Amino acid sequence: MLLFVNGQRYNVNVPDDTPLLWILRDHLNLTGTKYGCGMALCGACTVHIDGAPTRSCIMPASALKAGVEITTIEGLKSKEGKAVQAAWEKLDVPQCGYCQSGQIMSATGLLAKKKKPSDADIDAAMAGNVCRCATYVRIRAAIHEAAKSLV
Amino acid sequence: MPDSFTPQSSRRRFLKSSAGAAAGFTLGFYLPGKAFAQMAGPGQGGARAVPAGAWQPNAFVRVAGDNTVTVLVKHLEMGQGTFTGLPTVVADEMDAAWTQIRAEGAPADAALYNNLLMGPMQGTGGSTAMANSFEQLRKAGAAARAMLVGAAAKRWNVPPESIAVKQGVLTHASGKKATFGELAADAATQPVPTEVKLKDPKDFVYIGKRVPRTDSHAKSNGTAKFTQDVQLPGMVTAVVAHPPRFGGKVVKFNTDEAQKIPGVRYIVELPTGVAVLATTFWTAKKSRDLLKIEWDESAAFKGSSADIMADYKARAATPGTVARNDGDTAKALTGAARTFTAAYEFPYLAHAAMEPMNCVVQLGPDACEVWNGEQFQTVDQGAIAEVVGLKPEQVKINQLFAGGSFGRRANPASDFVREAAMIAKQIKGAVPVKLVWTREDDMQAGYYRPMYYHAIKAGLDAIGNVVAWQHRIVGQSILAGTPFDAFMIKNGIDATSVEGASTLPYAIPNLQVDLHSPKVGVPVLWWRSVGSTHTAYSTETFIDELAVAAGKDPVAFRKSLLSGHPRHLGVLELAAGKAGWGSPLAPGKSGEKRGRGVAVHESFNTFVAQVAEVTVKADGSFSVDRVVCAVDCGIAVNPDVIRAQMEGGIGFGLSAALHGEITLKDGIVEQTNFHQYPPLRINEMPAVEVHIVASNENPTGVGEPGTPVIAPAVANAVAAATGKRLRALPLALG
Repeated sequence: MLLFVNGQRYNVNVPDDTPLLWILRDHLNLTGTKYGCGMALCGACTVHIDGAPTRSCIMPASALKAGVEITTIEGLKSKEGKAVQAAWEKLDVPQCGYCQSGQIMSATGLLAKKKKPSDADIDAAMAGNVCRCATYVRIRAAIHEAAKSLV
Repeated sequence: MPDSFTPQSSRRRFLKSSAGAAAGFTLGFYLPGKAFAQMAGPGQGGARAVPAGAWQPNAFVRVAGDNTVTVLVKHLEMGQGTFTGLPTVVADEMDAAWTQIRAEGAPADAALYNNLLMGPMQGTGGSTAMANSFEQLRKAGAAARAMLVGAAAKRWNVPPESIAVKQGVLTHASGKKATFGELAADAATQPVPTEVKLKDPKDFVYIGKRVPRTDSHAKSNGTAKFTQDVQLPGMVTAVVAHPPRFGGKVVKFNTDEAQKIPGVRYIVELPTGVAVLATTFWTAKKSRDLLKIEWDESAAFKGSSADIMADYKARAATPGTVARNDGDTAKALTGAARTFTAAYEFPYLAHAAMEPMNCVVQLGPDACEVWNGEQFQTVDQGAIAEVVGLKPEQVKINQLFAGGSFGRRANPASDFVREAAMIAKQIKGAVPVKLVWTREDDMQAGYYRPMYYHAIKAGLDAIGNVVAWQHRIVGQSILAGTPFDAFMIKNGIDATSVEGASTLPYAIPNLQVDLHSPKVGVPVLWWRSVGSTHTAYSTETFIDELAVAAGKDPVAFRKSLLSGHPRHLGVLELAAGKAGWGSPLAPGKSGEKRGRGVAVHESFNTFVAQVAEVTVKADGSFSVDRVVCAVDCGIAVNPDVIRAQMEGGIGFGLSAALHGEITLKDGIVEQTNFHQYPPLRINEMPAVEVHIVASNENPTGVGEPGTPVIAPAVANAVAAATGKRLRALPLALG
């Protein structure tokens, strides 16, 4: 099948039931997207499909519509994405860091839709992304920081 | 068609000899904890040779011609900040520029990189990384600086005392200047100083101030390397079918369906189950799920957590082994004006780090190379060597970032590390192997924080003084049967079972703590803050009850009992003051009740007090709205890392307080994934304020001590709001 990931075209030959997560990690060597639960419960595997945050661990190859644009943490280039990454660094959000690719993809999706999210907006958009280090205080602050930098 | 290896060695039990690798350790110091460790990208951690053109004055510092200063970090970076905190100490004594500092995981080498608080063992745990490294790294940095100064003095023909060093540049009044990189080659010819003068703390440039984390950039763009991300030429991924019950063994297995999956390379039997090795994770997992395995469960654990708790309650009726005995508690209880009792129940808890357990092993004829977020280098190196039949020094461990651990990656039994080594052995090292546990494997594999039952009885005299405190604890020993047994279990007391209770700071003249340590066939392990995960809860909620019973303010009551403990008092007063203790809380909405609760607790020589504010809704659900935390960890090397660890420790503790519970029924662990073992999510995270006590004491750890304080603070707040005392975790208002 043909995949468009981070602006590049890939031809991959995988069984239909292979989740996008494992196509990215094991076939395309894009390991920034993480495996955490395999059931869309933790959000570590979040990527963008046509700009929308999507849990790649339960998205089988067969469900990917032809021509969709997939963006992973490695290919995050939007102004919202760059602002989120800069804020993450500025506030030293990550601890262990394992969930942060997914957090950043979800946060970027939020800012693309909502320029000035409230705490409640952030909680609603980010509640699907688990951080066992509980960096949530800084995730909230960094999303506000990124929003501010985009004004 | 997969190759089929079933060497006879796979039938042999090798786990029982796990003690061998570490039996000689003589920890000079007890550190309960979980370990945290160090890491770097693949290949970095094993580097023993100094790269060409670089100067390495000692085991911890390397200066390259490009003017970078690399600090070799002997402790795992699992989020707690070792890759920032330890380099800070070196950078300060060297007077390096922070921008030239790089962090790299040190290789597994106990001779160079042992944890000074663990004796001759390299490992991370007990919140010791900074505590054991501070002086060592100050000296390492100061020695490097002295050699650079010596090199410049020689080159410029000026006295060393006339040279100034600032931000990585050496200067002389004559106008001469040179960077570290420019002087590295010359410095290499300088004698290594036997004694170095350390800075006066007033001259610190980084210690005590914020420096940015060294790992935030890589952890914000997907390039940080975890074990899960290691890719090697020809590597296969292994997924293992484990027995459904602890202690189960493979009788026989059928691979007819499993081997039909294209991409499956090997299916091998292990002492711990059956492994499928395939070109990708997804292929291996699909095949694993198709294995048909007959298990021998004759020796397996078939009990239920409810039965275990019932047994613990029965045991609590009889005296246990005494861990502390001040005065005459029985007599004082008899003579008390009023007595109070309470009993507490704590469930098993899984660590559930975001990165499920994994390990990469490449086995050759006389060497074994491992890639791992390695928390227990010396134990795991010995275990791997034993499994594959090599010497420990033939096992090279490359350090990676760990996606959390909370103690799980420091297992005296080296469980998943041994499993990975065994797989590599079973295929005779044909290809590199990445063992990957699924979330379900990780959650059901055991090594939980043990279940505990506590019973406390206390007596007040006529004017409300606490005259007696009898505290009985029942629960599995974490250390029994491990290599740590010999030196960490004293007189039948596993210190990790009673710490926090046997060390109760309150001035109570008659105080007894005793312990039952029943053996149960459920594997247990330390979990972020270890014994304090339960002792802080029982002691700090019960003292709160006594305060209310005595008609005293909970903060004032504690203060009156802490006169000999200035650091407890310091954090208690700071947290209470910053939280506005004593001032009215803003009322909730109609039907809501609000409450404020406090707790104070020391663990790993770090002192933490927290004030929690909660809102209880009419339906009995409650939210934690705000937490004010005060911490005294000695010199605050990186205040922002300390704040982050308090914030995260509070969230981690709250996750357990609100949701955490692993249960067993007929030997089967009932939780498999995050839907059944819910972690704290962002919408449940309170606002957190952290205040750090100014101190000149040597720095102590911050990875764990924030965790145990939040549950009692929240429970005390709920009690303040509702009058109800919650005595079972996770917390729920009935």
